[in-house]
Amino acid sequence: MSVLTPKRPAAATSTPPTAPTRGDVRPTAASSRPGRRQRPHVVSYLTMILATIVIGAPLVWMFLASLKDQSELYQFPVQWLPGSPDLDNYAQAASTVPLGRLLMNSIGLTVVGAGLKVALGLTCAYALVFLQFPFKRFVFGLVIATLMIPPQVTIIPNYTLVADLGWLNTYQGILVPGLASAFGTFLFRQHFLTLPGSILEAAELDGAGHWRKLWRFVVPMSTPTIAAVTLVSVVTEWNDYLWPFLVIDRADKMTLPIGLTLLQNIDGLTNWGVLLAATVVVTLPILVVFLVLQRRLVAGLTAGAVTG
Amino acid sequence: MSTADVLAPPQAAAPPVAPRRRGALQSRRRRSALLWFLLLAGPNIALLLVFVYRPLIESFYLSTLQWNLGSPVARQIGLGNYIELFTSRNFTQVATTTVVFTVATVGGAMLLGLGLAVLLNQKLRGRGFARTVAFAPYVLSGFAVGILWLFIFDPRYGLMREVLSWVGASSPQWYTERPWPLVMVIIVYLWKNLGYVALIYLAGLQSVPQDLKDAAALDGASSFRTLRSIILPLLTPTSFFLLVTMMLASLQSFDIIKAMTQGGPLGSTTTLMYSVYQESFVNGRAGYASAVATVLFLVLLAVTAVQMRFVQRKVHYA
Repeated sequence: MSVLTPKRPAAATSTPPTAPTRGDVRPTAASSRPGRRQRPHVVSYLTMILATIVIGAPLVWMFLASLKDQSELYQFPVQWLPGSPDLDNYAQAASTVPLGRLLMNSIGLTVVGAGLKVALGLTCAYALVFLQFPFKRFVFGLVIATLMIPPQVTIIPNYTLVADLGWLNTYQGILVPGLASAFGTFLFRQHFLTLPGSILEAAELDGAGHWRKLWRFVVPMSTPTIAAVTLVSVVTEWNDYLWPFLVIDRADKMTLPIGLTLLQNIDGLTNWGVLLAATVVVTLPILVVFLVLQRRLVAGLTAGAVTG
Repeated sequence: MSTADVLAPPQAAAPPVAPRRRGALQSRRRRSALLWFLLLAGPNIALLLVFVYRPLIESFYLSTLQWNLGSPVARQIGLGNYIELFTSRNFTQVATTTVVFTVATVGGAMLLGLGLAVLLNQKLRGRGFARTVAFAPYVLSGFAVGILWLFIFDPRYGLMREVLSWVGASSPQWYTERPWPLVMVIIVYLWKNLGYVALIYLAGLQSVPQDLKDAAALDGASSFRTLRSIILPLLTPTSFFLLVTMMLASLQSFDIIKAMTQGGPLGSTTTLMYSVYQESFVNGRAGYASAVATVLFLVLLAVTAVQMRFVQRKVHYA
């Protein structure tokens, strides 16, 4: 996993010995070659700036638009900046759908869902790595195979089951069917296999049982992986759409993306400012999490590429 | 229990202990391992069985029924749903839309992502910021992103109309006139996933040994030539990984389409995935929808199977 964070120094240190003929060759591409490398840099910079603007503009546009008033939004050519930025659109969104309640629902379900997912993944992976058990490989296969079963194929029977249980419009209805952890179990197992066995043996000699070994020894040695899995779970729970959309139709139980759907149905395309204010409320928390914890989150989200 | 199985080396305890007691100890230890296994792995596995394997199998069965969602009566019709699916006029449109959407999103994201990765692999000041911006859309809610872009594409007041007007073009009817709704959805999907592809490629590029690039440069190869003949071949496993994961994700995408077009107009943005939802939860035809879901599942399985074969071969080469 950590492979993904750019490892410049490692790549660089391996270089010097391979170019013995040129005394002080330095590893960077630019400095190892004469002048003709300089010009492409200007083009590169321009391309990079352009790409950043094109990709970033929609998000900036969203924030700006949510602060504009009706007349500023509905004019062409577009008005770039809000004349007198205010939060009217947010207030109006909050009066149409219970925005605060939706926010609390989303936060609660995300925290509980991600927490349980991590706990399930940790315990399951521990059992798969550190316990001797006859059908271990089969059980591991059973867990991993679910990574290939798209949730979309299971929605109809799961919907029927959840409806039969009387779980429509409940938090457990949203939460429980998606709780099982295959991705987390997989990553935790990969990590546990690399842990030094001697430490656990020593713990065992000190009389530590499995429960103590898991929480006192294995978990503290796994914090980067736990952070990555937690963050990925937070992002997926927060953004999860199809399942909560099917299970919930009462506003007081909705998560933010479902509440945004409700708002879209009420306001249609006639009230962009309000709709975009709600869109900011849906996206901003995850954007903040991403900006603050970028390295770990990216490591988790791209983990599949390295692990297989 | 733990104190009993701690003194692990049996040799130490063995001589004085009678064989019968040793057997009892062994079976007790095995029982406790089983107990711990059930305690630690049991919940996760139970959830997987109830909410993944059970519905998967039940879905196959449902696909042989003529059954409406929530209805108490169902009629066994064998392969009737599949026959209806493959012979319906609708199916051609859904299949075409799915293929166009998948090829455009996967191909587009990979090409643009590779370009972005090559760009950001250079030592440019501010590339960390550019990488952050490029990756940000990937972590955002697909539904919210869909709403945002719907506003940008607004043919009368949207940012897109403004940008098009700079080059003297007028805005197409993004919402209503085919094929623009599909193009619109594809653009949004590309925007959201581009950063992910770029980041994976970037990791791949950084693992290309510097001496190979230096050697190519000493031989007078242009940077384009180096990219084509040295870097791209070395990136084949990365490309293949991305091809498969992007295909799987693209075939399952739902929320962007739901937010922007609801599969319309006239079904022109209804993919296989979207029609599973449409048939079951809008039209209520749960049996028929299960058949569509099964077909989708088989498509995804085929993609995965190809990947597994490839990965095995790769191991041989390495």
